[in-house]
Amino acid sequence: MTATRQAPSPGSGQALPRPSFGLGRWRALKERQREEIIAYALVSPWVIGFIIFTLGAMAASLVLSFTETDMLTLRWVGLDNFKMLFSADKTRSLFWVSLYNTGYYVLLSIPFVMVTGFLLAVLLNQNVRGQTTYRNIYYLPSVLPSIAVSLLWLWLFHRDFGILNYLLSLVGIKGPAWLFSVHWAKPALLIMSVWGAGGNMLIFLGGLQAIPTQLYEAATIDGAGSLRRFFSVTIPMMSPTLFFVLVTDVIGSFQVFTSAYIMTAGGPNNSTLMYVLYLYNLAFQQFRFGYASALAWVFFVIIMAFTVLLFRSSSVWVYYEGEIGGRRA
Amino acid sequence: MSIASRRRHTGSIRTTSLLQHALVYLLLTVGAIIVLIPFAWMVSTSLKPANQIKQFPPIWIPKPILWSNWVNALVIFPIPFSRFVLNSFYYATFSTLGTLASSALIAFAFARLRFRGSRVLFLIVLSTMMLPGQVTMIPLFLLFSKLRWVNTYNPLIVPSFFGSAYFIFLIRQFFATVPLELDDAARIDGCGVMQLFFRIMLPLAKPALGITAIFSFSGAWNDFMGPLIYLSEMKQFPLAMALMFLRGTYRVLWSELMVVSFITMLPPMVLFFIAQKFYIQGIVVSGVKG
Repeated sequence: MTATRQAPSPGSGQALPRPSFGLGRWRALKERQREEIIAYALVSPWVIGFIIFTLGAMAASLVLSFTETDMLTLRWVGLDNFKMLFSADKTRSLFWVSLYNTGYYVLLSIPFVMVTGFLLAVLLNQNVRGQTTYRNIYYLPSVLPSIAVSLLWLWLFHRDFGILNYLLSLVGIKGPAWLFSVHWAKPALLIMSVWGAGGNMLIFLGGLQAIPTQLYEAATIDGAGSLRRFFSVTIPMMSPTLFFVLVTDVIGSFQVFTSAYIMTAGGPNNSTLMYVLYLYNLAFQQFRFGYASALAWVFFVIIMAFTVLLFRSSSVWVYYEGEIGGRRA
Repeated sequence: MSIASRRRHTGSIRTTSLLQHALVYLLLTVGAIIVLIPFAWMVSTSLKPANQIKQFPPIWIPKPILWSNWVNALVIFPIPFSRFVLNSFYYATFSTLGTLASSALIAFAFARLRFRGSRVLFLIVLSTMMLPGQVTMIPLFLLFSKLRWVNTYNPLIVPSFFGSAYFIFLIRQFFATVPLELDDAARIDGCGVMQLFFRIMLPLAKPALGITAIFSFSGAWNDFMGPLIYLSEMKQFPLAMALMFLRGTYRVLWSELMVVSFITMLPPMVLFFIAQKFYIQGIVVSGVKG
């Protein structure tokens, strides 16, 4: 309102004639046209950026994937990169290994992280005192730089002097070698990812608080117990939020990189060689840009396939209130 | 729809018995302790004399508490430690400025101006949010090396001036909540399009700009892969890369590593605690309404 008052207010409804800037043609344009030109000018940085940094780069990446390229030379090799990539021979390609490792990480970390996050949100939503304090503590790991977190966990997982194996020893378990063990390195990364479940919790908490109280009241009047209310009110009302978190978690955890790079460098015996780590090694350690581009495009296709699949499935299990559902479809 | 009107006590109608209530607190507290243990362990390690670091069972409170570790950790690098801090601030500050300036203007156009193709363009903006950055990583590296931008901060900062899909979306969502009547009133009063943006929309979207500033600042501060790809000279390293250097030393120096890790964590932590309202709002807007 204050802003409106600041604006010049001409007596009549018409805009006052302004002093000419010498932009006669500009002023001759209709207001709609002017608005449109300004709009294009405003979005042009994004359009230019999109054309160069996204569209152009993706096309270039596709072209590169049919070549053998380092910083100096470029040679067309047709489908060779893809043939090599999909080969089952581990001495030639670690694609399947890295895909398996990443798939393992994605499929197991997401349920753990989402269930933990959801549980915490439900607990926090129980009218608890000190809600803000708990919420901040749980969310804290999510704001931290992944490299510092990785180094901290490297120390926590230390085979002999790490706090994790110490805690296990208190209950009489001899802890594994974690990051040095082919069997335990991947679970170690999973455990670390659950530490960051507070990120999901915060989104879930927002979703829970947006559910109208009347729905619970109505359900109670209809005789629904707390369990029934949870499954018939909370879960359906939360399904759009669950869907959003699922999609972003899938895309995000496919791209796991820093923890594997810092903590294990992909080892032992490639058991934590994640897809993006493999891609990084090929491109920026071995400078095999062509082959790495092929890997990048396959990665893109995999993620897109997952995203499309999730969006397809959403019509079955995600409940949108009237007009939002219409807009989405 | 507004987040401000969120209800706090959704669960209050539940007649929770005392026992149930106690269980809730118990679970929450145990969880909180589990989350906090690593931090305690980090601080403890950072203050330990060398002989107490590798000890079993571990010592929680070092004897004596060696504050000198903190000084030693900073002079362990071949160049002054302040350089890393300044580099991190440089990167975070300028990419935040770029993101703010570009994303706010772009978001305004999408929220308020009528132009042909706006719907399609906005859909493209949204879809790029889901694009994994790894697809464009290699061509961009080749492009930036052609421009001789490797070993500078340009590849990390310049793209932020072209707008970021996530923040365009976030700010647009805020602009969309501003009543259209304000626009009409302003236009009748003779406000031009840009005046509308600067005088009316921008002041009303302060929370969105705050969220954008905080998120993009900590995003750049926490970024590791970008600097890893583009920066190879130590005098250009941000803190994240200084940490990697320390990790790469022949013998892992745990207390020094914990000191520098802690210092690197500090700015995003402080930012979170002083601006938690923005954080929560930003996460909820993108998550619940997204």
